[in-house]
Amino acid sequence: MERLLEEIPNFFTIWNIIFLGKAMGVTLLLTVIGCFVGFSFGGLLAIFRKTKGIILLPLRFFIIIYTEIFRRIPFLVSLLLMFYVFQIFKITDNLFVIATLTVCLIATAYIGEIIRSGIESINQTQWDAAEAMNFSYYQVLREVIFPQAWKVILPPAFSFFIMFIKDTALASQIGVMELTFAAKILNNKGFSPMLSFGTILVLYFILSFPLDRFGKYMEKKLASNRN
Amino acid sequence: MGYTIVYTQVLEFFPYLVRGALISLQIAILAFFGGMFFGLIFATIRTFGNRLMNNLVICYVTFFTNTPQLVQIYFLFFALPEVGILLSPFMAVLIGMTLNAAAYLCEIQRAGFLSIRQNELDAAKTLNFTLIQQVKYVILPHIMKVLFPPLSNHYIIMTLGTSMAAIFGVEELTGRALNINSETFRSIEVFSLTALIYIVITFIATFLLALIGRYFFKAKMRIIQ
Amino acid sequence: MPQIEIKSLNAYYDKLHVLKDINLNVEKGEILSLIGPSGSGKSSLLKMLVGLLTPKSGEVHLNNKSINYTNKSDLRSVREQIAIVFQQYNLFQNMNVLKNVCIAPTKIQKRDQKQVEEQAINLLEKVGLKDKLKSYPDELSGGQQQRVAIARALCLNPEILLLDEVTSALDPELVQEVLDTIRILASEGMTMLIVSHEMSFVKEVSNKVVFMDNGSVIEVNDPKVIFDKPKEKRTLDFVSKILKD
Repeated sequence: MERLLEEIPNFFTIWNIIFLGKAMGVTLLLTVIGCFVGFSFGGLLAIFRKTKGIILLPLRFFIIIYTEIFRRIPFLVSLLLMFYVFQIFKITDNLFVIATLTVCLIATAYIGEIIRSGIESINQTQWDAAEAMNFSYYQVLREVIFPQAWKVILPPAFSFFIMFIKDTALASQIGVMELTFAAKILNNKGFSPMLSFGTILVLYFILSFPLDRFGKYMEKKLASNRN
Repeated sequence: MGYTIVYTQVLEFFPYLVRGALISLQIAILAFFGGMFFGLIFATIRTFGNRLMNNLVICYVTFFTNTPQLVQIYFLFFALPEVGILLSPFMAVLIGMTLNAAAYLCEIQRAGFLSIRQNELDAAKTLNFTLIQQVKYVILPHIMKVLFPPLSNHYIIMTLGTSMAAIFGVEELTGRALNINSETFRSIEVFSLTALIYIVITFIATFLLALIGRYFFKAKMRIIQ
Repeated sequence: MPQIEIKSLNAYYDKLHVLKDINLNVEKGEILSLIGPSGSGKSSLLKMLVGLLTPKSGEVHLNNKSINYTNKSDLRSVREQIAIVFQQYNLFQNMNVLKNVCIAPTKIQKRDQKQVEEQAINLLEKVGLKDKLKSYPDELSGGQQQRVAIARALCLNPEILLLDEVTSALDPELVQEVLDTIRILASEGMTMLIVSHEMSFVKEVSNKVVFMDNGSVIEVNDPKVIFDKPKEKRTLDFVSKILKD
């Protein structure tokens, strides 16, 4: 215990603090880019998945397969697979790019599902009424469905965002300099593992907890608005 | 390009991988039921306990749900030895996953408790059900029906979560994939095959859970789409 | 020449055969009611007419023109002539009453906004809701929402109005206000197909009553005949059960 207390000033040097700060930034960057791309492309996936024409059948098929695959593979395995694909086909060396791309692919699949759920939660009669008045598929989505669906989509999407912060910890395994990797480095440098990993746990908590509270507050507000 | 994708070498290791998958399932099931057990206790404390116990559980759940499972296991494996507790990789992973699961499953089960509607209980009371009968015929079936989907979902998440055990050297599915990779260097083949195995086992799990849910708990769950 | 002619029409909902060899004619200005037990295909028939359920076989003629429900421009033209009001969830929850009524005429029919608004306000006045222009659907009662839905349908200037169990989801005290609105429309000469369980209303307002059961048209006749002396036994069974209440 005393050893721990002795180490603390050595641990919390300016260099280390900046180092951890940068790592936190990488974690956040991965999460935010992933979710932003995930929301955009996930939205597209959801929209095209519910089209009706025969011509778009291969697209719908592809979307279903894509979504099921990336939601049924562990994060770690996706990262490893992408890592080796990029390495073997010499696409890029940059670990951050590889991780970001993987993260985007995964987030697209998950958020796509959330958006699809939100769209499907809107009563079928809203679709029928609009179609019967000659709204096109995209007009129904734009004028009627999405304005109602976003309230249903936002809470789980935000939840996913918060969960995703924790999932990015696995990017440490392909060498990306995010928070978990930073902890490993500090540990390897000889600092106490309790201090290294403990601090990282606290830092993740600091990232996640306020967002979690905000998410719960937002959910309450949306629910009360509906009444 | 210089690399041709050839599966034959890796396919020889298929039985080895499948046995690894069984270990993954083992970890998932143990951690899940461990988490259910403690989660139930915590959920009960949260619903019925006194203020101090309630707050302790809240702290526990808040901590474990706001930090990554990977780092929790890192802590157990690397930091505990500093205070004299040495855990094998398998135990570190199992305990870490159980503690994590307990937090999430506490919240899920608590939601189940809160979902009992008063008029169901009133109806049972007016029919002169004893407390035990109320629990058996009204409360329990309702809770099981409400809880089965989110619990099944979390089980699937945990099954996929077992893959981080590989990082600590446990030879479950992903761990074995890493072994094969370092032996044969057929990275794309081995990891794509591993991915496929995960997809298959989660499909089987989803399918079985949907069947169980429908016939035993009257909980309607979709398998795909 | 009948305004609507349906010949040997069959339709399926997935594998379920919901419309079996339907033959039916509707004259211009006629008020035709469809009655029958749940699942008999009454709503499916209305949905089919407006293109929400594609027929597998058979013919539909509208104003003497044959309609191909798989053809996009045919569909558009049908929906410009027929308007439908559903049992519930008609109004777009994210728009106020005025916008609900105006949106399709302005955005889809591409009519002049000012004209549409004027017509909308007139129609809403007609159904008794002129003071609710800026209200949102969740601020209105079920009966008020349905009256707005009827106004919205009328603002499309349809030749034919379909009413699919429009009072079935309403609290009993709200049913009359909607029936009163329909009564007014009936007296103005619009062709209407009404699916309803309100038997006394059906008897009072209809020119013809169609009894359907299990996807088929069993009997088509004057309301007096259907309710007092039906030809078919199944019609008699249904009508006597219903009228007992």
